[in-house]
Amino acid sequence: MKLIDGKIGWLLLLALAIAFPFFAAGNDYYLTVMATAYVFAIATIGLNLITGYTGQFNLAHSGFMAVGAYTVGILTVDYGWSFWPAFALSGFVAAFIGLFVGLVSLRLKGHFFSIFTMCVGYIMYLLIEKWEGLTHGTVGIMGIPAPTGFAGIDFEAPRSQYYLVLFFLALSVWAMHRIVNSLLGRTFMAIRNGDDLAEALGINLMRNKVLAFMLSVFYAGLAGGLYAGFVRFLGPGIASVEHTFDMTMYMLVGGIGTLLGPLLGSIGVPWLTQYLQFLQDYRFVVFGPLLIILVIFVPHGVVGSYLAWRARNASRLASEAAAKQAKTQTPAGGVIGHGQQKGSSHA
Amino acid sequence: MELILEQILNGLTLGGVYSLVALGLTLVYGIMHVPNFAHGAFYMVGAFAAFFLMSNWGLNYWVAMAGAGVVVAAIAVISERLVFHPLRHHEGLHHMIAAIGILLFLEASAQAMFGADFRRMQTPYAGIISMGGVTLPSQRLLIIVAAFALMLGLHLFLRKTTTGATIIAMAQNRDGAALVGIDANRVAMMTFAISGVLAAVAATLYAPINLVYPAMGNLVITKAFVIIVLGGMGSVPGAILGGLIIGFAESFGAFYISTDYKDIIAFVLLVVVLSLRPQGLFTTGAR
Repeated sequence: MKLIDGKIGWLLLLALAIAFPFFAAGNDYYLTVMATAYVFAIATIGLNLITGYTGQFNLAHSGFMAVGAYTVGILTVDYGWSFWPAFALSGFVAAFIGLFVGLVSLRLKGHFFSIFTMCVGYIMYLLIEKWEGLTHGTVGIMGIPAPTGFAGIDFEAPRSQYYLVLFFLALSVWAMHRIVNSLLGRTFMAIRNGDDLAEALGINLMRNKVLAFMLSVFYAGLAGGLYAGFVRFLGPGIASVEHTFDMTMYMLVGGIGTLLGPLLGSIGVPWLTQYLQFLQDYRFVVFGPLLIILVIFVPHGVVGSYLAWRARNASRLASEAAAKQAKTQTPAGGVIGHGQQKGSSHA
Repeated sequence: MELILEQILNGLTLGGVYSLVALGLTLVYGIMHVPNFAHGAFYMVGAFAAFFLMSNWGLNYWVAMAGAGVVVAAIAVISERLVFHPLRHHEGLHHMIAAIGILLFLEASAQAMFGADFRRMQTPYAGIISMGGVTLPSQRLLIIVAAFALMLGLHLFLRKTTTGATIIAMAQNRDGAALVGIDANRVAMMTFAISGVLAAVAATLYAPINLVYPAMGNLVITKAFVIIVLGGMGSVPGAILGGLIIGFAESFGAFYISTDYKDIIAFVLLVVVLSLRPQGLFTTGAR
């Protein structure tokens, strides 16, 4: 069962995503829903780095997404830049602000960090709403140019937009895969699992937490920039804390602290809500309790639960194999070690 | 001079309301170590309950306030039983997400039942009092008096009654409290009920000079969090003092700096304070 987290699984997912417009032939609405889900998936993957892998529950994520989006909106509409250079800046502007927010907030532990970032999120939202000279206030920014002129492709049609967003999602996932499987990623996880211990091992807590935070909000900024060029209209709503709650939900449904989980969550949950459209106003009446039930009964999400189940299975198989080997008097080899390694590998 | 006096009274009004909300939050944090993000939704439900009781059943303002207290206390206790109790052995992140679930549920329910419109709550105290050149709407005076009376009542309850003592004991040392035979479940439920009543009363007091709508709790709860971080998580005097600090900062900030940015002042204050003192103003160490 290497299918789900092996290279083949990822390529299969990518192939499915590339083929999707052909399944949804002629239905631009589905393409738009999917592309929006991909944009939020990029931000959610970023949120998962600081919350899932490093263990700091950030509640300002949508604020950073808004920073990226407004970077693109302001530079293109007010300063006449074209999309691509503005987009290239969006992630860096978010990360730059993230540096200062991180330096102050990451000195706080646990709940304090979450509360602090919630306040930062509100400051960002209120600034966007009130600082009319810069952000156009509640009126919002209209007429953001579509990303054009790149290799002769015009990204105004839903299908080309879809592929553009998919390209950046694939790039984001690949980059995140490299990050979490590097020494840096292990360092982040060590901090999550116990920061006193990590510090005792000689890990510089502050520097690594700030780095994780900056990388995380870089993703948010990039997602925001992409969102601006995709939706082409911006209002303060993008910064609302509810978007952070949404992303938290995606992360949790899929499986926090895994690579695949947030991705599946941010695509699956919006589709589910599409089917729950008939509930209209009652959507969150159903979703709130769903979130609670999930936290109580499936705290590790779909992917996390699958991994736990497979790990249990693998160790059971390994112990059975070991028992069998002991019975037939063959010397035990690396079977047990192999089984455990398989169980703890990352999705 | 009159203007300054008016700002002081405004600060006391805001501070009183914020303190009440922050008190409920800090009690729950002290006992359960849960930052209850749903507390703002409790506050909102309190306002809607009072509004409904007054407009549909024609009840008197004070009776409606009591009714709202009962409704929100019941919701708070149910949340404790169904959500926070099963999660007591989980890590901190899960508490917060579950609290967000309650928040989404209550907010969406209010919106589904009452719509997203802004409503105005009537008050029997719509008049204006003028004392020595200072004019003051009577509802504001009522808020100040009622809020501080309630705080005094809570203080006496916690200090003078056995039930209050069990709450304090559990906040100070959970294991110790269990050792001397304090029923943790009972104390947890009671704490949630008290926090619900405080939120409902604060909402019913403040709603007539503000508006009633499903998202009304969000900004208030965020400020209440700022207050308990400033005042020390779990500290009762800290919540009151922190509430007053934020109330005064806002009323003077709105007057001398800008009304547009008055809601940011509390947050900026927090950022500045935590940059200088990461453990908060009055705490000796972060938990």
